[in-house]
Amino acid sequence: MASRAQPLNPGGIAAAGLVLALVLGTLGAVLWHADGFAALGPADWAAVRFTVTQALVSALVSLVLAVPVARALARRRFPGRGILITLLGAPFILPVIVAVMGILAIFGRAGVLNDGLAALGLGRVSIYGFEGVVLAHVFFNLPLAVRLLLQGWLAIPTERFRLAASLGLGPSEIMCLLERPMLRALAPGIFVTIFLICLTSFAVALTLGGGPKATTVELAIYQAFRFDFDPGRAATMATLQLMLCAAAILLATRFAIPAAFGAGLDRPVARWDAGARLLRLQDGLFLILAAGFLIAPLAAVVMAGLPGVASLPASVWLAALRSLAVAAGSTALALILALPLALAAVRGKLFELVGMLPIVASSLVLGTGLFLILRPMASPASLALPVTVVVNAAMALPFCLRALIPAARDLETGYGRLAQSLGLRGRARLRYLTLPRLRRPLGFAGGLAAALSMGDLGVIALFADGETTTLPLQLYRLMGAYRMADAAAAAVLLLALSLLLFWAFDRGGRADADA
Amino acid sequence: MLTLENLVITQDDFRLTADFSVAAGALTAVIGPSGAGKSTLLSVIAGFFAAASGRVLWNDEDITDTAPGERPLSILFQDQNLFPHLTVGQNVGLGLRADLRLSAAQQASVDEALRRTGLAGLEGRKPATLSGGQQSRVALARTLLRARPLMLLDEPFSALGPALKAEMLALVAGIASETGATVLMVSHDPDDAHRLADQTILVAEGKAHPPRSTAALFADPPPALAAYLGRGGLSDR
Repeated sequence: MASRAQPLNPGGIAAAGLVLALVLGTLGAVLWHADGFAALGPADWAAVRFTVTQALVSALVSLVLAVPVARALARRRFPGRGILITLLGAPFILPVIVAVMGILAIFGRAGVLNDGLAALGLGRVSIYGFEGVVLAHVFFNLPLAVRLLLQGWLAIPTERFRLAASLGLGPSEIMCLLERPMLRALAPGIFVTIFLICLTSFAVALTLGGGPKATTVELAIYQAFRFDFDPGRAATMATLQLMLCAAAILLATRFAIPAAFGAGLDRPVARWDAGARLLRLQDGLFLILAAGFLIAPLAAVVMAGLPGVASLPASVWLAALRSLAVAAGSTALALILALPLALAAVRGKLFELVGMLPIVASSLVLGTGLFLILRPMASPASLALPVTVVVNAAMALPFCLRALIPAARDLETGYGRLAQSLGLRGRARLRYLTLPRLRRPLGFAGGLAAALSMGDLGVIALFADGETTTLPLQLYRLMGAYRMADAAAAAVLLLALSLLLFWAFDRGGRADADA
Repeated sequence: MLTLENLVITQDDFRLTADFSVAAGALTAVIGPSGAGKSTLLSVIAGFFAAASGRVLWNDEDITDTAPGERPLSILFQDQNLFPHLTVGQNVGLGLRADLRLSAAQQASVDEALRRTGLAGLEGRKPATLSGGQQSRVALARTLLRARPLMLLDEPFSALGPALKAEMLALVAGIASETGATVLMVSHDPDDAHRLADQTILVAEGKAHPPRSTAALFADPPPALAAYLGRGGLSDR
């Protein structure tokens, strides 16, 4: 039912104004300072080509491998299934640099794989460059693709499978009749989502890429800043990055993008067709490989690093404290922006669009813009932490909104009229209605924002000097200095803090949240 | 006195007109086929839905543009009349102060309202732990406490069994007679109208008809009501 005109929402308007000013202001600064594409050399265009190619391949590999894993998860019940599904959600809040360490421990020069190959008398493989970047992206996005596809499988009504079974259809007929149409509908959206994520990836390229053959546009922005001291060139590359993202998002709007964190994935689909031994073996194999691919790198990091945590140097602990402060600040900022935007988005779609705007800009593009704006006023190093807080909050905002908007909508349809009829407004409404009812999604969104900020190795790398490092940056420097024992211990600390932050927020949202 | 003055309610291709007054203190049923616009009419009176034209007046004061919470009325919806995360005491207390900063005297009147509705001792419970009838009582206790001169009931008891529903309607009648409130009660059950309401508004065929004596209306139903009741020569198809 159309409702009567509501009074304007000052909180929503203020939050939308701040986000607009931040995103459009920084993008404006980037465009203003850009040199023009004529100034770009062949290396810069090579970076564009590499960025697009690795994103295409990463998305394709993730998607193709996800299909058999998701199908196996959908049609099998086994002990630990719930844990595995939960684990598939973990890479989202996993610090990229920790995962990279894990991947190096397994697939790297001195990793388990190469030791094995050497023992067999075979040559060693190198994962630096294109293969390493794709491998790391698949590590992060294969689980995402599996979860999204699993939602698709669970959305096929059980009755269809029952009907197919009653007609005596086998697995291949079911694939044609039921599963392939679902995949055709979902795959493009999932592909574009992963493509977009890989397009803006910085930390993976920083650690596993580099050199003329494996530099992404994001990495080129960083190099223009740090090594060439050329803000104009950085702005030009940022403009290119912006255009790439905008094109990908434009493409994405043509497909249905599934929500990334659906609930209720624990329910297995009842199947009557998949009892054959060969199929069971095949599914089991895929599940074991996928779980191993996810767990082995992390287990390797934990085993290598755990003994050294207690003896980490003070600089690492200081960086950890700094990271915690940054995470606290950006989580608070993200929630302060997200809550009024989510409440306003229930009535005006425009607010949701504004809140999603940071997707267009990557973290380094926002950082470049902020640097260009603030350069006349302060030194980059003194800005490093505040800018990181702001950029991390902006990057977390779309995810927070995705968690909050459905809940805000339920709140309005369920209790909006009752609150209005009782004159529940302003602070009283916030205290007695909004906060208690949105506690769970707020806790979840806060956990996402905190973990993302804790593990972020992006804009901080642009600004930081030797003093103002965060834990991920400190870890990167330890790796660069080949202090691998300390690096592994720092990775364990970072991993623990990220997971702990997410757990604490999410838990806080659930505690005695009855009815 | 509630006055609906040249009210025209439109929504897509739905249209409803109303132009009449309801005397103060009257217990009035609102009856008519489903989809005729009974709930929409109450929504307009309560201020959730704006009419295309016309005015809503209470004692000759124009309340057409008044916010829902400021109108001299309490409304009970079909469901969601309580906040599930607040206690019974808090839900009732909201009727006095939206920020729940109750003085000792106000707290005492909350306790009194709970006692009067048979909820003494339950103020610390959450609604989910109560029975359907008890939940209805909590909403009624809040209405009692708000003591607004107009009560709108949009079938709040439709999920209750017949005996419990009769009990609740009796409680409503008691509250209304005590506070002198005017009651507008949507119902699809002619028995409710017969039992409780001295007058009835028929909503049918795009018009909310002026209230008529319930007995007279049912004794000589106009064609639209006869069709709804399934009586007379007219079929409802």
